[in-house]
Amino acid sequence: MPGMSSAELKGRLADDLPGVLMPTRTRMQMSNGNEASAGDGKAARPKRGEHAPVDLLATDDAVVYPERIPDVARYVRDVLGYELLSNITAVDYLADGVIEMVYHFFHLDGGPALVVKTRVPRDNPVVPSLTDEWPGANLQEREAFDLFGVVFPGHPNLTRICMWDEFEGWPMRKDFPKQGDKYFSDSEE
Amino acid sequence: MSDDRDIQLEAEKQGVFLTTMQRFYNWGRRSSVWPLSFGLACCAIEMMATGLARFDLARFGAEMFRASPRQADLMIVAGTVTKKMAPQVVRLYNQMPEPRYVISMGACATSGGPFRDGYNVLRGIDLLIPVDVYIPGCPPRPEALLHALMTLQKQIDAQRLNRVRWYGKREAKEYPVPAFGKHGLEIDGKLVDPVGGLPLISPYTSPTQGEMRSGMIEHPELVRYFPIMDETVELESPQKAKGVAPEIVHNDLKRPVVEVDHARDEQR
Repeated sequence: MPGMSSAELKGRLADDLPGVLMPTRTRMQMSNGNEASAGDGKAARPKRGEHAPVDLLATDDAVVYPERIPDVARYVRDVLGYELLSNITAVDYLADGVIEMVYHFFHLDGGPALVVKTRVPRDNPVVPSLTDEWPGANLQEREAFDLFGVVFPGHPNLTRICMWDEFEGWPMRKDFPKQGDKYFSDSEE
Repeated sequence: MSDDRDIQLEAEKQGVFLTTMQRFYNWGRRSSVWPLSFGLACCAIEMMATGLARFDLARFGAEMFRASPRQADLMIVAGTVTKKMAPQVVRLYNQMPEPRYVISMGACATSGGPFRDGYNVLRGIDLLIPVDVYIPGCPPRPEALLHALMTLQKQIDAQRLNRVRWYGKREAKEYPVPAFGKHGLEIDGKLVDPVGGLPLISPYTSPTQGEMRSGMIEHPELVRYFPIMDETVELESPQKAKGVAPEIVHNDLKRPVVEVDHARDEQR
């Protein structure tokens, strides 16, 4: 059964598609199972009852530049054989000013998903569409546009899908100014 | 005249069937309440369970779930009413012939439930159509739905022929279908639910109750938040506020009093 770790994927991407990977902070591994990491991590491990500061953007997954996402997706499909684009979703990191797109690819022979991420600024979130190669990405990209306001150039019909067309705002963003039917801006008038 | 009913019952034991027109009509209507086959969320699963053999809605003559609103008497709003679904719910209700009744099943249909503060859920179906019986619960047990049906039957028993609207000459009331606005559902360009606080007063009441609520907040000078959300309320402990909630003081809860008094009804 095919299975490819994120480190392996990053290695393959660095070799075959140079310049695609975004520089990211990696998450410090604190696993007990691995002897080497347990030995190294003991000094840095916080004391009982303390928490290390959470670095939300730290990840071990492959993060690529948004304009290269079609190349990476084609590479993942044609070379690595992960043909099924199962899931596209967005994550809003309000404090960091970043919207992260997450793509899950599956191999038809089974095995775990291959995760590819990309990051765009919140004030101008533009990611190229994958609908040319994967028609199934149509609805999921519309959903990301509807709820997070991510724009996908090349999408054939980028309109709202969950909310109605007249609706204003991106309701799944963390700064959506609304509670119930009351908009916070209304009370300040 | 209060012993009329006793005389009637006594005569029925002897094989003589006496009745009033009103009692006969109400008996017929309450014994064949046909619900609309219509579910919105997980409460619909409980509604299906109620209709099937274990709980057996047929005992109340209400087992005929009709697929068309034209043939239905009762709309069981079973589940979360999203704002995108709300116009269709009102349209279905408008298509039902009178007499028509509504049961608001579960926390979501009654008030929006856990999704009340979300951007996409209507905060109670009673903002758009009149509701006869509310059922609490998330989701309510089938027994609760049966109890709601029995409550509705009691309400039907209490109807008077000269007071219910559908025996008069007036046409069936069309309830306005909300339109999609940029901030939420709108009727005549105004938001259905513009207030951020809790709770809301329904603009509609069930037609047999003979009154029409204003839909306005009845005591605007009072702060209409739950005490726990309101900074001006003194807290005894983090979970408990001092004193009594303003809604309870002013008897402002959405609980119409239903009195079933057969003797007094037949006297009139």
